[in-house]
Amino acid sequence: MTVRVFLVDDHALFRAGVRAELDSITDEIEVVGEAGSVGEAVAGIGHHHPDVVLLDVHMPDGGGAEVLRQVRTALPEVVFLALSVSDAAEDVIAVIRAGARGYVTKTISSQELVRAVVRVSEGDAVFSPRLAGFVLDAFADRPGAAPISDPELDLLTPRERDVLRLLARGYAYKEIASELFISVKTVETHVSSVLRKTQLSNRYELSRWASDRRLV
Amino acid sequence: METKAVEPVRRRRTGRVVAGVAGGVADHLGIEVFWVRAAFAALTALNGVGVIAYGLLWLFVPQRAAGEPEEDSANPRERQQALGLVALGIAAAVLAGLFSGPVSGWIAGPLAVALVGAAVVWREADEAQRRRWRAGAKSGILGTGRSTIVRVAAGVALVAIGIGVLLVNSYGIDQLRFALLAVVATLGGVAVLTVPLWIKLINDLGEERRVRIRTEERAEIAAHLHDSVLQTLALIQKQAEQPREVKRLARGQERQLREWLYGRVVEDNNEPSTVSAAIAKAAGEVEDSFALAVQQVVVGDCHLDPNLYALVQAAREAMVNAAKHAGVADISVYGEVEPERVTVFVRDRGKGFDPDTVPEDRHGLADSIGGRMERHGGEVRIRTRLGEGTEVQLMMPRKTADKRETGART
Repeated sequence: MTVRVFLVDDHALFRAGVRAELDSITDEIEVVGEAGSVGEAVAGIGHHHPDVVLLDVHMPDGGGAEVLRQVRTALPEVVFLALSVSDAAEDVIAVIRAGARGYVTKTISSQELVRAVVRVSEGDAVFSPRLAGFVLDAFADRPGAAPISDPELDLLTPRERDVLRLLARGYAYKEIASELFISVKTVETHVSSVLRKTQLSNRYELSRWASDRRLV
Repeated sequence: METKAVEPVRRRRTGRVVAGVAGGVADHLGIEVFWVRAAFAALTALNGVGVIAYGLLWLFVPQRAAGEPEEDSANPRERQQALGLVALGIAAAVLAGLFSGPVSGWIAGPLAVALVGAAVVWREADEAQRRRWRAGAKSGILGTGRSTIVRVAAGVALVAIGIGVLLVNSYGIDQLRFALLAVVATLGGVAVLTVPLWIKLINDLGEERRVRIRTEERAEIAAHLHDSVLQTLALIQKQAEQPREVKRLARGQERQLREWLYGRVVEDNNEPSTVSAAIAKAAGEVEDSFALAVQQVVVGDCHLDPNLYALVQAAREAMVNAAKHAGVADISVYGEVEPERVTVFVRDRGKGFDPDTVPEDRHGLADSIGGRMERHGGEVRIRTRLGEGTEVQLMMPRKTADKRETGART
């Protein structure tokens, strides 16, 4: 079954590039539509009901986070994968906390982008090495950190930490699995659990990064 | 018979001293502006009639349209003369008031000063600002909402009390105290009534400052874009036939721009002082020299010491090795700063090698990396297989001083 993808990016040139790449290298993905603004995106996603939305973080009128806010409640089954040039923790964490299931940078290779799209469409999370680094940073046991209010959400298990470290080192899921002697499915479970914690935890760094973009 | 078209009175824009009223009247009557000003000053001495006349004309006579040609009559001498006349008029009015007038001097004096101050402020503001003030005052004083009603009521009450006390005072009970009370109450009322005006003024100042900061920021960004990005684009166009060079330029520029946008701390002498900055710099240098991408992620951070400096140098050597021998387009670097140690992983998905068969003349790994790390008390582990890439793992314990410090805080 093909994954139906909707592109949201305010740069038409970039949309055209991604569409051409995705069309040429795989049959797994079908680009069903695209939008260049928040308003167009909200309308287009409502009309096409795509499986996955590739979402630019920086756009006029609120950016990707605004699209997420307007669409998520009405269409909870649509999955969002953020795609951005930004390296700033505020941007990355903000879209994750707004509900995106993954974050990759625009320099990602086409094959990896396809893999990431398929992976989020199957309900898994996609962490770029940098996102993994940010999350490790946010959950670090820093001296003088605020007390933990909810251990279930505010702490990572040692295993989750291991998985994140390997992700940050640039390992693929399969490599992580063989490195830690666990199945790929288990790796996916760990990553999804980290994603949930990143989205819901009240850890100071996470809420600060998110609130810098007014997105608690 | 020659008829001159009757021109309506228009306040002057140029060469004005207060509001251009005298100039406008002079233009209208076709006489020297000096005489008009003198007349106003003289009238002012008669119980301030001049001021009232001037004020009314100011209110009702529109200003000339901007850009309308008018002879520039503002020479400094005439201006000085006019200012002198204004001062003379006010002084005369105050004196007249003192000796004969219905108001006593201690009211007339401050009142005159306040009026002059208000006139100065009003004159300095441009038309748009005045409109905003008026709108603000109107919406503030006559606005809707309970707080407005309360405020207006309080203000009116205070003014009324002030005046009432003044009236009582004129029947003379305890003169000084009541006079003071009257003044305070009246001033309080006026202050409450004009609150929106003051808020508006303060907001205007803040807004102006924000605009200035924005403009400065934009100028800085423009300068930066010009300096680096446009230069690089020009270079790229020149060297379009050399993909390797284009890639190198683009990558280097991307890195610089990122550093600038997402603010990594760069010291003045360009020497990094923290582990993350040092790793970023080393990665950048390798990118520049070998035209490939080094993806680097550093978790945590701390200041460099000689051991950690050696660690970063070893990591740099590992990146160079990967760039030279692995035959890949990108390398992953991951650094983690923990309380007890700092670890760096340099990984490629390239050819890989068999550590036992490295030729004798290639000492990069053994000397630069292994030797350096061991001298400083660190460890190196290398994982590689032919065809499966290479990962160099570097670990350096942190100095005891640092450890104690961190331990004390945890």
